[in-house]
Amino acid sequence: MSGIDPLDLQSLWLTLKLASVTTLILLCVATPLAWWLAHNRRWYKGPVAAVVALPLVLPPTVLGFYLLLLMGPQGAVGELTRALDLGTLPFTFTGLVVGSVLFSLPFAVHPIQNAFESLGRRPLEVAVTLRAGAWDRFFSVALPLAKPGFLTAIILAFAHTVGEFGVVLMLGGNIPGETRVLSVAIYSHVEAVEYGAAHLLAGGMVLFSFVVLLGLYLAGGKSWKGGR
Amino acid sequence: MKSGMMRLLGALLFGASMQAANAGEVSAAVAANFTEPMERIVKLFQAESGHTVRVSLGSTGKFYSQIQNGAPFDVLVAADEKMPLRLEKEGLAVEGSRFVYAVGKLALWSAQPGLVDGKGAILRKGNYNKLAIGDSKLASYGTAAKEALEEFGLWNAVQGKLVTGENITQTYQFAATGNADLAFVALSQIVKDGKVTEGSYWIVPSHLYNPIRQSAVELSAAKDKAAIRAFLAFLKSEKAKAVIRSFGYELPK
Repeated sequence: MSGIDPLDLQSLWLTLKLASVTTLILLCVATPLAWWLAHNRRWYKGPVAAVVALPLVLPPTVLGFYLLLLMGPQGAVGELTRALDLGTLPFTFTGLVVGSVLFSLPFAVHPIQNAFESLGRRPLEVAVTLRAGAWDRFFSVALPLAKPGFLTAIILAFAHTVGEFGVVLMLGGNIPGETRVLSVAIYSHVEAVEYGAAHLLAGGMVLFSFVVLLGLYLAGGKSWKGGR
Repeated sequence: MKSGMMRLLGALLFGASMQAANAGEVSAAVAANFTEPMERIVKLFQAESGHTVRVSLGSTGKFYSQIQNGAPFDVLVAADEKMPLRLEKEGLAVEGSRFVYAVGKLALWSAQPGLVDGKGAILRKGNYNKLAIGDSKLASYGTAAKEALEEFGLWNAVQGKLVTGENITQTYQFAATGNADLAFVALSQIVKDGKVTEGSYWIVPSHLYNPIRQSAVELSAAKDKAAIRAFLAFLKSEKAKAVIRSFGYELPK
């Protein structure tokens, strides 16, 4: 066991890339969704909230398998991507991004939604009296006040994607540099009885997770410090 | 009608009493390529012996690590000779209990009818999107696929199109869902009762890869010795052999 295998370094880089891209996309998707959920009182809010939370309870392999069928050449999404000349998404980095965004959606939506809800209506009403427009209210009042929620969402979405396994296993096909992320690399090492390499990666993963969670705690996720 | 019912009831009661007398349980770790034949063999064995068999399916490599770490299996029905032999050397399997129960055959398969020709020329032509194979480090059918591609001198050429299944079941799934045009699978996965019913295929000539000598071995951790030995004996029986043959395997000479 001498140092780290270049293939594994590639997996590490790919994992960080996947987590970053996923987190960025999630911010763009989760923010309006969280805003809508926080301010909506209509009957269909419940079903939408339930769908958003679904990845929390579905086994990742189930999610991965359905995505494999959906994005395959006979699936609805697959037919769409082929019509757009994009080919099919399984076994590609793009396919992993789609899977990861869905898989980590609740981890991004919930903290932001909570932040918006705990804001209450008052700050926004005050802003209205000061003649702030809707966008202005959102960007100069709601967003800065909800910052801790966003921070939590970013860290959770990123970390959750790094730890993702089932979805990638079902969709990825273990292609070095394209879909072979860290968790899959660790799994392959363990299966092939290459425990040295597995320990190195898994140990690094534990350390990374600890640092992330510690950071989350120190950054002052209010709910973590016993405050309700 | 009535007498028939009575007879059935009698048989059931008799069967139940037999089971109560000597019912044991076997917990078997079975290589993924042997999923369907195993289902049938287990049914026959349970009906005949009164023992029950709990089957876990996966790749042989994974079972090896699990058994090394104290997994409670009684028998390993592997996809190769290597792992059972290794377990024997490490004292985790019972010396002298190892035997070859089937010789596996490799097939190139596509879910699309008419895509795969009878010579495997499509591999050279390259008119396909992806080729799924089993992980050559873990699955013996993956190793065989790699050997065959190397024999063809295509191993380097196909690198850009390879996707790797975690075990041979997933490899098959990649092709069955149409995500990969081609897959190297175990013939047993596409053969039902002696014939291939779906898609197109080519049986890879056996001189292109090392024989896949699938071996079973009794594990040292096994508790219910009587049930295990009955099961292993059944796996060698003519009844089991008929099932194994019907899925396209060859039998050891």
